[in-house]
Amino acid sequence: MNRSDGNIAQPLAALAPADPEMRTAACHRASALEAIRLALLRDLQLALRKRGQLVQPLAFFAMVTLLFPLAISPELARLRELAPGVVWVGALLGSLLALEFLFRDDAHDGTLEQYALSGQSLTALMTAKTIAHWLLTGLPLALMAPLAAVSLGVRTGALPGILLAVAVGSVALSLIGSIGAALTLGIKRSGALLSLLTLPLSLPVLIFGARATQLAIHGASFVAPLELLGALAVLGGTLAPLAAAAAVRISLE
Amino acid sequence: MPEHTIEVDNLHLWRGDRHVLRGVSFTVVRGGCLEVCGANGAGKTTLLRALCGLVYPEQGRILWNGEDVRHDLPAFHAALAYLGHEPPLKADLTARENLHYWIGVRRHLERSELDAALARVGARSWCEQLARTLSAGQRRRVALAGLTLLAVPLWLLDEPTTNLDGEGRALVAELVREQLARGGIVVAAVHQGLPSSVPNVTRLDLAA
Repeated sequence: MNRSDGNIAQPLAALAPADPEMRTAACHRASALEAIRLALLRDLQLALRKRGQLVQPLAFFAMVTLLFPLAISPELARLRELAPGVVWVGALLGSLLALEFLFRDDAHDGTLEQYALSGQSLTALMTAKTIAHWLLTGLPLALMAPLAAVSLGVRTGALPGILLAVAVGSVALSLIGSIGAALTLGIKRSGALLSLLTLPLSLPVLIFGARATQLAIHGASFVAPLELLGALAVLGGTLAPLAAAAAVRISLE
Repeated sequence: MPEHTIEVDNLHLWRGDRHVLRGVSFTVVRGGCLEVCGANGAGKTTLLRALCGLVYPEQGRILWNGEDVRHDLPAFHAALAYLGHEPPLKADLTARENLHYWIGVRRHLERSELDAALARVGARSWCEQLARTLSAGQRRRVALAGLTLLAVPLWLLDEPTTNLDGEGRALVAELVREQLARGGIVVAAVHQGLPSSVPNVTRLDLAA
């Protein structure tokens, strides 16, 4: 590996004092953290300029959870039993709606290409994009979940638990989704395929998330399923950005 | 003092059934410019994308300063700037914001540098406009500003003069001249040829 070691130092060493401009640039290469910060800020700023996209999954989630009481029965005891399932299926489908936009615009306007050629770790940049995606969809969904639960007759004491479960679970959903979104980049009208890829992988999140919510509603300890959700999120956090970066590279070929 | 060189050795590349690059070889040294010519579909863009490592060639090697670029792609990428057909701009960000994020991901950027680069390409009066409201030529100028701000030794340009007016084309020639004078290397895919004021140009013709 001696050859490649030599190459790392090259951009610095190779620039002669006669090239002050290039030399400065080589010395001032942005750190990975700085790159992550800027990639994150860029996505947040863009989302604020396109609020319609932001509201879509939230409106969907609100509609689904409000339709259930109308369709089933206004009887609170029955709704309360159904609440975990309704909240989680709604949150899962809502977050899926937003996934299609995760990389699509970036692939279209050449941003992903520039990311891949930036000399920065594409995995780090994918992590930044996924964090932004969670802040823009997962977090708002988690904040809305208690409201939806109230409309399904859940008592207020259970609401913090529901918020926590959806918050942690949606991190895992965003991470799993980023793999699917990156894999379907080259495909037109990828929505259906994206769901087919992502939903089976999301099942553990759905199961443990619904269980945690159910226990919270019954006033029992929901630590065990919450810990499993956390474990899924950590597993996703370590593997998903790597997979997404590899998939993005393939899509650029 | 090591000299920058990019060397391509017998590059072969297929796209589907089509044998696009058939044994392309060339060497460009510090201060040199390579003009890649050829009809539409001759593989100019494919060659540039292979050079920067986006597309893997089936056969052949690309050497940067004598090292195979695949040994350390991130270091190679840190030394190159690639401008494709479309300027890599976000429609919902202003010209200035676009450069701030695009360049900032790669290197620390002072506000004064950004101002100077925007003024250089004549963008001072419209740099606060959203990119979606800019004309194709203006967007190309923003991309050129980004190119200078990256301050890297290797430029890979795909049709750099597309959509530009006469003044814009002269600007491209000037920027390329400066890059060469600094000891940089420029590889440009061009349909019409680079302006004649660019020195040290070697021509590479790709057969369709």
